[in-house]
Formats: sequence, C-alpha cells, structure tokens
Amino acid sequence: MLEFPRWKVWLIGLVIAAGVLFSIPSLIAGTPLAFSWPKWLPQYRISLGLDLAGGSHLLLEADSADAQKQRLQAMEDSVSTELRRDPRVDIGDISTAGGRLSFLVRNPTQIDAAVERMRTLTRPVALTGNRDWDVQVVDSTRVVLTPTPSGTVKALKDAMSVARDVVRRRIDPGGTKEITVITEGANRILVQVPGVEDPEALKKLIGQTARLEFKLVDLSANPQDVQQGRAPPGSQVLPLADGTGFMAVKRRVMVSGDQLTDAKQSFDQDGRADIDITFNTAGARRFGRVTQENVNKPFAIILDDKILSAPNINEPILGGRAQIMGSFTVQSAHDLAVSLASGKLPVKLNVIEERTVGPDLGKDSIHKGVIASAVSIALVMIFMLVTYGRFGVYANIALVVNAFLILGIMAIFNATLTLPGIAGFILTIGAAVDANVLINERIREEIRRGRRLIDAVETGYHEAFRAIFDANVTHVISAGIMAYFGSGPVRGFAVVLMIGVVTSVFTAVYFTRMLVALWIRRTRPRALHI
Amino acid sequence: MKLLKLVPDHTNLDFMRWRNLALILSLLATAASIAFTVYRGLNLGVDFVGGQLIRVTFAQPIDVEQLRTRVDGMHLGEASIQEFGGPKTFQIRLPKPAGNDAATNIAATRVRQLITTDYPGARIDAVETVSGKVSGELAEGSAMAIAFAMLGIAIYIWLRFEWQFGVGALLTLAHDVAMTLGFFAFTRLQVDLNVVAAFLTIVGYSLNDTVVIYDRIRENLRKYRKMAILSLLNLSLNETLARTVVTSLTVLIALGVLMLIGPEVIFGLAIAIFLGVLIGTYSSIYISAPVLVWLGIEPDSFIKAEDKDAPKVQPA
Repeated sequence: MLEFPRWKVWLIGLVIAAGVLFSIPSLIAGTPLAFSWPKWLPQYRISLGLDLAGGSHLLLEADSADAQKQRLQAMEDSVSTELRRDPRVDIGDISTAGGRLSFLVRNPTQIDAAVERMRTLTRPVALTGNRDWDVQVVDSTRVVLTPTPSGTVKALKDAMSVARDVVRRRIDPGGTKEITVITEGANRILVQVPGVEDPEALKKLIGQTARLEFKLVDLSANPQDVQQGRAPPGSQVLPLADGTGFMAVKRRVMVSGDQLTDAKQSFDQDGRADIDITFNTAGARRFGRVTQENVNKPFAIILDDKILSAPNINEPILGGRAQIMGSFTVQSAHDLAVSLASGKLPVKLNVIEERTVGPDLGKDSIHKGVIASAVSIALVMIFMLVTYGRFGVYANIALVVNAFLILGIMAIFNATLTLPGIAGFILTIGAAVDANVLINERIREEIRRGRRLIDAVETGYHEAFRAIFDANVTHVISAGIMAYFGSGPVRGFAVVLMIGVVTSVFTAVYFTRMLVALWIRRTRPRALHI
Repeated sequence: MKLLKLVPDHTNLDFMRWRNLALILSLLATAASIAFTVYRGLNLGVDFVGGQLIRVTFAQPIDVEQLRTRVDGMHLGEASIQEFGGPKTFQIRLPKPAGNDAATNIAATRVRQLITTDYPGARIDAVETVSGKVSGELAEGSAMAIAFAMLGIAIYIWLRFEWQFGVGALLTLAHDVAMTLGFFAFTRLQVDLNVVAAFLTIVGYSLNDTVVIYDRIRENLRKYRKMAILSLLNLSLNETLARTVVTSLTVLIALGVLMLIGPEVIFGLAIAIFLGVLIGTYSSIYISAPVLVWLGIEPDSFIKAEDKDAPKVQPA
C-alpha cells in the first residue's frame, strides 16, 4: 500500500495534467478567454450536438418508385440514342409501363441487331454474375428490358452515393460549413446542419430532384386530347408548373441539365427573376444544333416533369448560354439555380424525420445544464465531506479530476455533447463517488473489526475493487447497447456514460489510493478518522 | 470534526424476516404496474408513434383556445397544446397524418407557417417530425435495446457468480423496469427516446446495488460455511447497508438537482432515473437477495468452484 513508486505518481500526474489541458479549450470556447489560449497548446474541442448548438437533423429516404422510374427513363434515353446511331434501327411504341422498358422493332430483320446493341447498354453487376438488365424478345418483334434485382440494388447504391454528394453541394455550395451528410443503410441519407435559420428552405432545397430537360412542344397534338391527358405516339402530356393546364411535348430529350456547368440567378430585361445557365462543350454544341434545326418552334423547359415555360426559339443559340424563364421569385430562382448547379438528384428524397432546435433553446439548455452540473457537484462534495472527512476530500479531488478527464477525453475524440449527455455527466458525478463510498465503508468496517490502520486501508481497497469492477461492467454493457441502438442525442448520453465509467474507476480507485498512500507515508497517522 | 454516519455502526436489521411480505407487496405492485401499462397505456411521444411536436415561445401571452382553434382549423388531426416550462412557451403536438411519409413533412411546414404569420415575434424553439416508418423502427429498436441490455447483464452476472445470481439479477431488473413503466403509465408523462435512454441507465444502475450485495454474499458464503443462509443474507445486507444508503443518496442528490433546475427537455429522463434508483435500491435488498434463497443457494455453492479454480489450497 505504502509502496507507491515515483514513476506511478508521475504517470498519474501526467494523465491528470493532460486531462485538464485537453478540457480547457472546450470550457473556454465562446468566451473572450478563448483568444488568449496559446496556439501551441492542444486545440481539441468537444463539439455540441444539434440539441445544444441549434440546427436541423433530417433523415431522408429514397423514393424507391421514383428511383425505378428515373432509371427506366435514363434507359429509354440511352436506348433511343443508341438505336438512332448508324446503322439505324427504327423503333416505335416505346413504353415504360409495368416497370419494364419495351419497344417495337419496325423491321423484323433488325431484331437480332437490336438485341445485340441492347446488350452493349447493360453491364455485369460485380460479384453476382448477373447483368443489370434482362433483355428478352417477345412476339419476335418486341424487345423487353427488365431490371434485374441485383441491378436494381446496384443502381440504388450508386444513386445514393451521387445523391449524397448532390445534397452536400446544395446545402453547402462553398464547402465551408460543418455539416454532416452520410448515407445510412441502403436507402437513407442523414443530414445534420448546425445553426439553421430556415429549416423549411433547407428541406425544399433537398426535396427538389432538379431534373432539367429541354423537349420540343408537340404542335400536332389535339388540344382537347391533351387536356384529358392523351398524347400522340412519341409524345407525352406534362402539367404546367404554374398549375394552369397541360401541354404535349415530344418524349425525346433534346438537351438535359446533365450538361450544365453552371447556373446563376439573374434578371431579364423586364427585371423579372430568371436563371442564367451555361452548358459544357458537348451540351453547347447540341443545344446550338437543336435550336438551329427548330427555329420558330416552341421549346419546353421542363423541371421535374413540370413545364416551367415554353418559349419560342427566335434564333439559334450557339454560345452555350441560355436563360430559363418561369414565374420565379428572386428566392425561388436562386434556390433553383443552386439545385441545377449542384446537379440533379438521381432519386427523389423524402424527409422522413426532422428534428430542429432553435439556437436560443440550445443556449438555454446549456445554461441550465451547466448550473445544474455545478450545483450537483457542490452538493455531492459537501455530502462526501461531512460523511468521510479527509477521505471525503480525497474523493472530492477525484471527482473534480474525473470531470476534467471526461471532458478531456471527449475533446480528444471530438465527441459530441448532447443534452442527454449533460444528464449523463451529472449522473456520472453522482455515481462516480460510489467507488469511494464502497472503499471508505469497507475501511470503516475493517477498522471496526480491529485491523491495524494500514491493513484496514489496504483491505478496503482490495476487497472493494471486485464489486467496483463488476458494477462498472454492467454500466458498460447497458451504455454499449445504448450507443449501438440509440440515435444522435441518446448516443451522446451513452458515450458520456462509458467514458465516465472508465475515468471514474481510474480516479476513484487509483488516484485516491495514491493520495491516501502519500498521506500515510508523510504523516504516519496512528488512528484513522473515517 | 464529527463525521456523519447515516447508518450507525453494528446495525443489525432482520431484513429477511419480512421477505415474504415484501415479496407479496412487490408482486402486487409489479402486477399493478403491468396492468396499468397494458390497460391505460403509455403516453408515447412522437418518437414512437409518429407525428409532430412543435415548441414555440410567443412574444406575448396568448389565448390558448384561439391557438387551438387555429391549429384545428388546418384539419391536421387532434392537436394537443400544453404549456411547457413557462407561461409563453407551448408545446403543440399533432398526430401522424394519414397518407405517405411526405404528408408528415408537409403538415410540419403548414404549422410553422401558421405560427410565423399569425403570431409575429413568436420563436419556434424546436420541431420534431417523425414519420410512421421511422417511429416504428425507433419503437422496435428501443424495446430490443432494453431486452438485450437486461439479458446481457444477467448473463454477465451468471458468468461472474452462479446461475442463481444471474436469475436473481434478471428478476430484479424486470421488477424495476415494470415498476418504472407503471409510473409512466400512471402519471401520463411522455415516453420519448430520452426516457428509453433512462430505462437503459436504470438497467445498468439498479444492478449496481445488486452487484455490490451479491459480491458480499459470495464473500460471506466462502467465509462462513456453517452459517444459515438467512442469517448470512442478513449479515451481508447489513454490512453493505451504509454503502447502499450513501451511494443512493449521492445519485439521488445529483439527479434531484437535474430534475428541479435542469433543462425541461430532459425532465422525463431525470425523473425516470431518479425513480429507477429508488426502486433499484429497494429491489436489491428485497428481490435480489431473497431470490437466492428460493433458488436454493447453499453455503457450498462456491466451494466447488473454488476447488476447481484453486487446487493448490487442498491439503496434500
């Protein structure tokens, strides 16, 4: 007991000093003191959870029906493009009904060639040995492409990773904010944005697919049929964005938003908000050719299957720049520009969970949490002092050291402190002294049994340790399960509990033992007042 | 300085004398709690049933009935409006709307618009919107987490002690969780994710006392092989009583402070753990220990284990 080698004293001292050093930046964060903290000292900080810092937590889920629809549409575009190339295969009656893409090959002798070229559009799915689409011939004239299950899984996975990047670019075009955008499971994206002013705008920004397409207006369509949703072959009926009616457009996508390099909000000659877009080289060439071939015809600008506007092509647009007009406000034009510039979402995302905390409530929670922590610590310390005297003082020193160690370790791992985490902190304070209570009560008992002082202390520490160890393992089990199953704030609670268990065993057992040993060695007390 | 001794030296209470009475009371209380939970049901928060929760602090005191009429006017379902922590702060809760997941989201948007247009200067403190899909998953995950935690801890106790102790720990935990659930059913306090975290904490902490007492029972079983089991349990309980009282008090002091002056949002968590610690202290004495008698723990239960572990001590 009394043999406490010098190196151990130094080691324990070092651990404590490190804990204090690492916890200070988090404690002084946001106060003027933060500026005078020397740069060469550790700068690690505990980050605050959204429930304390204020901000929005959004859980987005891919709309699987939309994912399938978009995939079919993309395949339809590829098929049309492929078969239009030399040697051309004439097709008709292209349809995406029933989750399959099917089309008629007009010349039956070309059916094998068509199937052969379809195979070049499908790809093997890694490791499964399957291709992403099944190609079949029905009635010897119709080619049917069916998405395979493994192909659908792969497509969703790819779409989710693209969607994640798109969402990040939309929320944070400059790439400077501390936001979290991660995929969760097969079809979800978790977004956490601190300090959100307007969560509704944020949701709108994420909620828009922003698939921009330019298609020719089908002037041959009968207006009455169009209003009833019927379109001539090769065309489709789409609603107008302002909700005033419908319009028939050719199915074929002339130019798409994929070929944009930039989009900015701007104003037209009359001072109305519009969006300036810039195409890449291929897009510019294509846009130029299409506008050249269709001068004096109306050209529909389509966003997410709604027609924004259908202006007339007055002259060929060759420079690769164009304006999108529609009934925009400055804000909606700006938001759309951001969405277009960040690329379209490969799948529609629905918000299935939102948790937003205003910055004032967060500040209030921190304030009340800090006061409650301070009062708890003070009361527990007074209680320990009147119950155990000198040994209570040791337990109290250990308690303070423990608080610093918890904060220091959280800072090193850049752990997140949440509101339940503050509760975990207070609970740890209350429970951390349990180890000292166990030890001190055992020492009292051993003295009552007539053991000599040093023996009593030695036995007290030794015998109490078993129970301390077992009790703490049960805490680690429950906290570990909480961390595994829990979501954000609850996980923050579990993390604090787990760190607290480890640090409290260190401070309450090893650190106080050192204090007691040093005291006994120095003063050689004859009796123990405990 | 005279030190405080809440439990006087040489205290010798005959705990086990009342064990049958305590058992009957515990069984009744547990049955009542379960009945309450089943028939009256828990006041589950949006985390577990979906819907919206919006907390607003208004610039001036408002007419609650008018707010209720306005919210009801949106036909989003039966709204519940409650004061929350202050006369100008209210919590508006709406049920999960019919329709798909997108509908939940749209409803949240509409309530926000109503508040910002009809009540200038109002501050929206928090919005929680949980769709049916997510709430179902959270409920399932939470139930599983509590079950796994109870089982995991019981298995650990079994490995460290004997099977009787593992069963005793599991029964103690079941009792504590059932009683706390009953309390929530009785008071209609809202059960949200934080409260589940509290339940998991109770599972860990209520066993704290049990582990300490079991450790002492194990020690005494080895030390006093001839002592009658009831006397041995009484001895162990009395020896650890001072520690049980002091530790429970420190935890209760810390949690009491959190409950009284801490942030309102975690009141449910604080009160659940506070209660769990109280119940856990009782059950560690009157459930954990007597269960060992009924499961037939004997003074020689540990001797065999000791012989296997330490053949060296056997006489040559």
